[in-house]
Amino acid sequence: MTETLPDAQAQLPEHPMPRAAGCPFDPPPTLRELRSSAPISRVRIWDGTSPWLITRYDHVRALLGDPRVSADPAHGGYPHRNAAMRARERDQRTFITMDDPEHARLRRMVTGPFAIRKMEALRPSVQRLVDDQIDAMLAGPNPADLVTALALPVPSLVICRLLGVPYGDHDLFQRNTQVIVRRTSTPEEVVGATRALTDYLDDLLIVKRKHPEDDLLSTLVTERVDTGGMTQREAARMGVLLLAAGHETTANMITLGTLALLQNPEQLALLRDCPDPGVVAGAVEELLRYLTITHSGRRRVVLDDIEIDGQVLHAGEGLILANDIANRDPEAFPDPDRLDVTRDARRHVAFGYGVHQCLGQPLARVELQAVYGTLYRRVPTLALATDIDRLEFKHDGLVYGVYELPVTW
Amino acid sequence: MHVEVDQPKCVASGQCVLMAPDVFDQDDDGIVELLTDRPGPGHRDGVREAAAVCPAAAIRLEEE
Ligand code: HEM
Ligand code: SF4
Repeated sequence: MTETLPDAQAQLPEHPMPRAAGCPFDPPPTLRELRSSAPISRVRIWDGTSPWLITRYDHVRALLGDPRVSADPAHGGYPHRNAAMRARERDQRTFITMDDPEHARLRRMVTGPFAIRKMEALRPSVQRLVDDQIDAMLAGPNPADLVTALALPVPSLVICRLLGVPYGDHDLFQRNTQVIVRRTSTPEEVVGATRALTDYLDDLLIVKRKHPEDDLLSTLVTERVDTGGMTQREAARMGVLLLAAGHETTANMITLGTLALLQNPEQLALLRDCPDPGVVAGAVEELLRYLTITHSGRRRVVLDDIEIDGQVLHAGEGLILANDIANRDPEAFPDPDRLDVTRDARRHVAFGYGVHQCLGQPLARVELQAVYGTLYRRVPTLALATDIDRLEFKHDGLVYGVYELPVTW
Repeated sequence: MHVEVDQPKCVASGQCVLMAPDVFDQDDDGIVELLTDRPGPGHRDGVREAAAVCPAAAIRLEEE
């Protein structure tokens, strides 16, 4: 475990840290100070333990790629995000919190459908969907909430189609996902929401076995469960992971990205006025870097002593790898606090790094390219319908964003 | 330039295909496949970028 003297520990900075008032897009100032003064340093978290906080880009990449670092919360010293995450039962685990070879075995069962070629084939239907949602928004009341009009439906519809989940059930899975990602949910609430989602997917797998279709869940049940490769409950949990990760993150990128662009009109103009798909793709990478919505840090624990930059991280010590501030490291990105949609941001760590790097990134890219490449061109008068100071930001979320984004046109 | 890929290490992120589609491809499981191990001059920057972003360090380069 992480042993520190009680009074020394009381002086450690607390994590997570607050963002500065009036700077909703910038990581907390304390993170920035630590990156230059003490890039590998201890912090105090909610349960009184003091894991290492890693803030430099090169350190974050090195440690996330190191096989002596584990993503398994069952190891002592793992820095849990909150009591709810600690309480999540072991039988609710998915490969996101497993190590290789178990992680690789399970992840490889679902990597095929996310290959670049498959995503390219999906692009026209994603584009149609985005256009339809924008049509509906423009035909409805003005102002509108961009979260419910576009940001949530687009990725939800896409992941439903890919998995074979009826979109009509979106209330059920969106509501339960919200409970899981809210930092303030009680342990009982998170365990309950996770179970509700898993039961839902479990039932759906039974339907898929009887009436298999051309979708990921049907393939899982016929080619993996029924051949003994995994249990049905394992497949259900995997479905929950894909469904939850597949809509919540992208939705936040759509709203927060739009807000950031509306606040930086010259950047919005660059994106809107250039029809080159390469420019849109570059802007997506830059917004991923600049906003890094996975602002709770990657959580890991050291399995074997590691020496990095003159510091020894001992077995059993927890790690918080702050990919948000790493993406603002001037050593990796010149003038990092500037949103510049023309820069080459492709080396960002917004999707993480190492074997757990986002499985859904090719899908997220296609979705974000379709939205950013379409919305501002089709609605050139798009504007915020309220004062930015009145927006409610997801400071309490595992994933950052805004709860509502009132827009007008 | 000579390229090698380590398929057991690959986590199917697809990043190499985005960086250098004429050099890297993916099999049915999304795992990397080489289209050529000696990329022409026009593709070398893309290949270097692919090796730099690969999350699993599964791409090895030898400049010659
Ligand atoms: C812009 C949107 C997205 C962002 C910013 C994002 C971010 C991330 C990050 C940072 C990780 C690494 C977790 C860690 O290292 O602890 C991750 C993993 C993952 N993401 Fe995403 N993600 C996005 C969209 C998606 C989508 C659309 C899916 C669709 C299925 C998805 C599925 C997953 C899965 C399954 C993992 C676990 C991979 C593993 O452990 O091997 N994500 N994501
Ligand atoms: S970038 Fe690396 S991990 Fe991703 S598909 Fe290519 S070789 Fe595999």
